Amino acid sequence: MSENVKISIKHLYKIFGETPQLALKQVYNGMGKPELLETYNHVLGLQDINVDMKEGEITVIMGLSGSGKSTLIRHLNRLIEPTAGKIIVDGENVLKKDENELRRLRQEGMSMVFQKFALLPHRTVLENAGMSMDVRGFTTRDYEKEALYWLDRVGLKGNENQFPHQLSGGMQQRVGIARALVSNAPIMLMDEAFSALDPLIRSDMQDLLLQLQEELKKTIVFITHDLDEALKLADHLVILKEGGVVQQGDPQDILLNPNDPYIVDFISDINRARVLRVRSVMDPQMPEGDHYAGDITEDENLESVLSRSEGDTNLDYRVIGGDGDPVGTLHMKDLAKALVPTAASEERDQTL
Amino acid sequence: MATYDFVFSTLGLKEWCGSSQSSAPTSMAQLLSKTKGEEATETSLWELPFPSMDALNKACPAFPQSRDLTRGLEQGFLAIKDTLSVVLDPITQPLSWFLDGALYGMLNTPWWIIIPILLAVVFVVTKSWKLVGFVAGSIFLLAFIDHYSYAMQTLSIIFVCALICVLVGVPIGIAMSRSDLMQRMTIPVLDMLQTLPPFVYLIPLIFLFSVTESKLYGIAIILYAIVPVIRLTNLGIRLVDKDVIEAADAFGMTPRQKLYKVQIPLALPNIMAGVNQTIMMSLAMVVIASLVSAPGLGVLVLRGIRNLELGVGLVSGLGIVILAVILDRVTKASLARINAAQSQ
Repeated sequence: MSENVKISIKHLYKIFGETPQLALKQVYNGMGKPELLETYNHVLGLQDINVDMKEGEITVIMGLSGSGKSTLIRHLNRLIEPTAGKIIVDGENVLKKDENELRRLRQEGMSMVFQKFALLPHRTVLENAGMSMDVRGFTTRDYEKEALYWLDRVGLKGNENQFPHQLSGGMQQRVGIARALVSNAPIMLMDEAFSALDPLIRSDMQDLLLQLQEELKKTIVFITHDLDEALKLADHLVILKEGGVVQQGDPQDILLNPNDPYIVDFISDINRARVLRVRSVMDPQMPEGDHYAGDITEDENLESVLSRSEGDTNLDYRVIGGDGDPVGTLHMKDLAKALVPTAASEERDQTL
Repeated sequence: MATYDFVFSTLGLKEWCGSSQSSAPTSMAQLLSKTKGEEATETSLWELPFPSMDALNKACPAFPQSRDLTRGLEQGFLAIKDTLSVVLDPITQPLSWFLDGALYGMLNTPWWIIIPILLAVVFVVTKSWKLVGFVAGSIFLLAFIDHYSYAMQTLSIIFVCALICVLVGVPIGIAMSRSDLMQRMTIPVLDMLQTLPPFVYLIPLIFLFSVTESKLYGIAIILYAIVPVIRLTNLGIRLVDKDVIEAADAFGMTPRQKLYKVQIPLALPNIMAGVNQTIMMSLAMVVIASLVSAPGLGVLVLRGIRNLELGVGLVSGLGIVILAVILDRVTKASLARINAAQSQ
């Protein structure tokens, strides 16, 4: 996985209202969201967002409704114009692009999957999948092979001549994903793509996405309000609250070291044993000896280790890294500690 | 002494009014009061007249009467009429050609060619044999009671006028959906066209064009019938799902691609509902337009009214009902087909 930053958002602000530039000055001077709404009748949508999204990773932006996450993702392809800030994709500022450059970026550089699918009801599944090619001026015959391949990959072989309304919600969203894949854009924006589906289908779709990502290594920006989904998919997790970033980083790290009571609330209901992985709680030191109860891999989750140890907290396991070498030791005591929900770092400091 | 003398005296306009009698012709009321020999006495508050033009004219003869307003309007129209028809005549001339051509073609092609063509059209747009059978039965009935040529005249006028309504109305509707300013400016005009009694806008048309020209009734029908197709095109495009429009933007569609690939196809059910209304309104107007020489079943209705020929009026009225049912069923059936293909 390369470490290149593909999309970089710098000091992004969005204010909704009549005169956003005037309101922006007040925000720069430190005015908060409620005061701005009360005195100037402007809504502070996004506030000083700084996020780097790396190439080939899934960046999940999570927040409750009204936190500005859908607004944020629409800034990346400028479906919404920002009030201030920079969005840099492949070293170029998206906000400096003129109409034609922007259209090219949308056609070839970014594809998007929508919460409500947004398929064209009068076109067949095949034509919907090939929409991005159609926009670029190709005919059905040109893109047919490509579109059929991706429809097959998302599990819609044989449905290509049906119309969207003949498919179930889950299948419609598969068309939405196929449509994004046919465009062959390196960046995929997914706006609550699975939120409208029922839990079982949602889980299937998440697996499908991870499986495709394994092979395609696209830069995916995924929006969700569901923490389980975020933790399952994220390489990099950004948590938004009222238009600002509360915390961002490795999801395991956020789970173990939440820095805000808001996040603590959020993660308190999570099944930590299933989400946390061995590498996050292991001790990187490896004392020699044969006291190890066995070998485990670093990407295993704690639940499977627990079942293997049969609840014995006195055991130690040797942790094997991705390349087959031992990388550390897992003390079952640490594992048990990690399962207790953590308080926010500030609160922790106070209690110490 | 009139009630409103004081207005002019306080404004110091007595001189402008002059003491001379009104140049306007004497009104009936004035004649009556003269014959009765009564001089207007001081009016009580109870009988205070509204300060209308006529009441003010009584106090000041130089003030115009309300009949001067209608006369002024008429003279103004007559004054610009010649220039107006120089501009409008050539523009609207093709309409005469279309109407005359359609009437000529429809009436001079033998019935055993026209009827199968009509039935084929019905089948193509509705894909329903039941409807084709119904239309065939209705046309044969009309032909059997010797109303075939009248019905065909009415039909050809409707075809030409409805087609022009769609060709002109859909682009206007699209323009309205794209610009709020355009919508604000167009809606009052549409409201006026829809509420103005149809007889009223026949009047200036009669002055502008010769009654022998078919474009006279053509324009009247188009003005009356074009409103629904404009309104529903505008509405249909504005109602297109915002999410789909956003997807079209996100995949980099140009505004033109968006219009032809997304907005018009998705607005089609509404546009077709507008076309249905437009056809029905042309049928209503084609009867009224027989007053200004439009041929067809309306002429028979008019004859029935004028000569009190009860049977003629009722039978031709029934013929119009049959045509209306045919046109309505056929357009609704094709609308239903579009809806079925698009249901989300």
